[in-house]
Amino acid sequence: MVDEKIKAEVRNLNFYYGSVKALKDINLNIAEKKVTALIGPSGCGKTTYLRCFNRMHDLYPNNRYEGEIILHPDALNIAGPDIDPIEVRMRISMVFQRPNPFPKTIYENVAYGPRVRGIRRRSELDERVEKSLRGAAIWEEAKDRLHDLAFNLSGGQQQRLCIARALATDPEILLFDEPTSALDPIATAKIEELILELKKEVTILIVTHNMQQAARVSDYTAFMYIGELIEFDKTEKVFTVPSHKLTEDYITGRFG
Amino acid sequence: MPEQSIDDIRRMIARHKLRDHIFAIVGILSLMVGILTLLALFTELAIEGAPRIGWKLFASFPSRHPEEAGILSAWVGTTLIMLVTAASAVPLGVASAVYLEEYARKNWLTAIIEINVTNLAGVPSIVYGLLALGLFVYKLDFGQSILSAGLTLALLILPIVIVSAREAIRAVPGSIREAAYALGATKWQTVRDHVLPYSLGGILTGTIMGLSRAIGETAPVITIGALTFIAFLPQSPFSGDFPFVSFRWLMDPFTVMPIQMFNWTSRPEAAFQHNAAAAGVILLVMTLIMNGIAIYIRYRFRKRIKW
Repeated sequence: MVDEKIKAEVRNLNFYYGSVKALKDINLNIAEKKVTALIGPSGCGKTTYLRCFNRMHDLYPNNRYEGEIILHPDALNIAGPDIDPIEVRMRISMVFQRPNPFPKTIYENVAYGPRVRGIRRRSELDERVEKSLRGAAIWEEAKDRLHDLAFNLSGGQQQRLCIARALATDPEILLFDEPTSALDPIATAKIEELILELKKEVTILIVTHNMQQAARVSDYTAFMYIGELIEFDKTEKVFTVPSHKLTEDYITGRFG
Repeated sequence: MPEQSIDDIRRMIARHKLRDHIFAIVGILSLMVGILTLLALFTELAIEGAPRIGWKLFASFPSRHPEEAGILSAWVGTTLIMLVTAASAVPLGVASAVYLEEYARKNWLTAIIEINVTNLAGVPSIVYGLLALGLFVYKLDFGQSILSAGLTLALLILPIVIVSAREAIRAVPGSIREAAYALGATKWQTVRDHVLPYSLGGILTGTIMGLSRAIGETAPVITIGALTFIAFLPQSPFSGDFPFVSFRWLMDPFTVMPIQMFNWTSRPEAAFQHNAAAAGVILLVMTLIMNGIAIYIRYRFRKRIKW
């Protein structure tokens, strides 16, 4: 289904919260420098699935992965138990549902990722901060107040700041977990525009509740239902001629 | 159910509102019991002690003559002991709290430790005094010193520091931790760069609350052998020779404010009662200032951080 360069291959991925199986045998290929959207009703496992990619589940006890997520070009199984989750997070960044800037300055928010990687030189940090803020389309609004607290920004600006923070570490994949669900329509439009801009540089995986959003920003769409991957195809195909009845019911709003 | 007329409804509302007022009055009266008692106590102390409060009181050692007696050795002792207490209780308490909140696995052992920490806050202070007498004074041979007293009070307030630090740490939202972890931070980096700085306000507040409890403690300090009459100061922490700071004061004998007060109240002469009242006012003011600082710190941090 994906005839482009593959960034990640998910093979027979199962995920358990304790004894509860939350993901069932997921197989899916993520195309490089494309946007892949994950849609499905609440509780279908799309966020659980997304959080496998940067091993966020390792932060909490009794979670278990089975199967593989092969990250290219080095064909590393990032879901493997012998791979340090921190190493995975260094390569794959995440933007959360609600803007969650640190209660620090705008500059310090963006500089934190590079700092964690041991970058201390002021000139290099300055450079990365500017590049990331430009990349997240917030440089013009932020450049005169870099040393202001991030909390003084509006919600939409805070979310773009969080995107800048995620970009500052040059991630190979950028994960978005319903990034616009806490934002107003104008701020949402800006973020969507930004996602289309960002995919020139980085592979994007986005969970969304909003089907129009999936249709607008993504190249590929995966429809999930109760922990299973029901359908995965090019976005225009999923939204025009879905091959499964369940997908059709969901995207036409018959349930969800 | 029969239809209610508008008059019925109004009468019912009036009845309900009456209860509202009654409760408000009961609430105010309950509040007054506490506040008025404290106020009356403070006023009486202040009136009785007023003639003695002055520079001379702070600058004089205790004496047989009530009008010459002062609290110099007591307030210096109290201050130095508070330094030792803070310096030992804060790192221990914060480290324990961080461990329990961020590192410890949630199992039965952690649960037992948690219950115990909370229970320790309720242990009578004299019990800590007995423990300290055996451990610090004799076993570790610190003697009847400022060090022993500071460590004893540190033990006493440790549970308070741990519990308040844990609450402060828990108040840092999970989304902030996830943001740090998602950038590739380790647990320690997350704690050092985020959790601790953002919970510092709450931790400091709890610590000061603990210290303001310790400052008034008498029983454990008597148990480990504080002197009641002391007419000299501990050795100065600063000296003219290299390395300019000295820690020999840690091993010096001491007295503290509440003990000085107790000593004066047990004297038959009325003039000593005035001294005791004056010292009481000063001790109360010290506590109030500490609580004031705690409230100010909390206010400052709340203003900067809003989740």
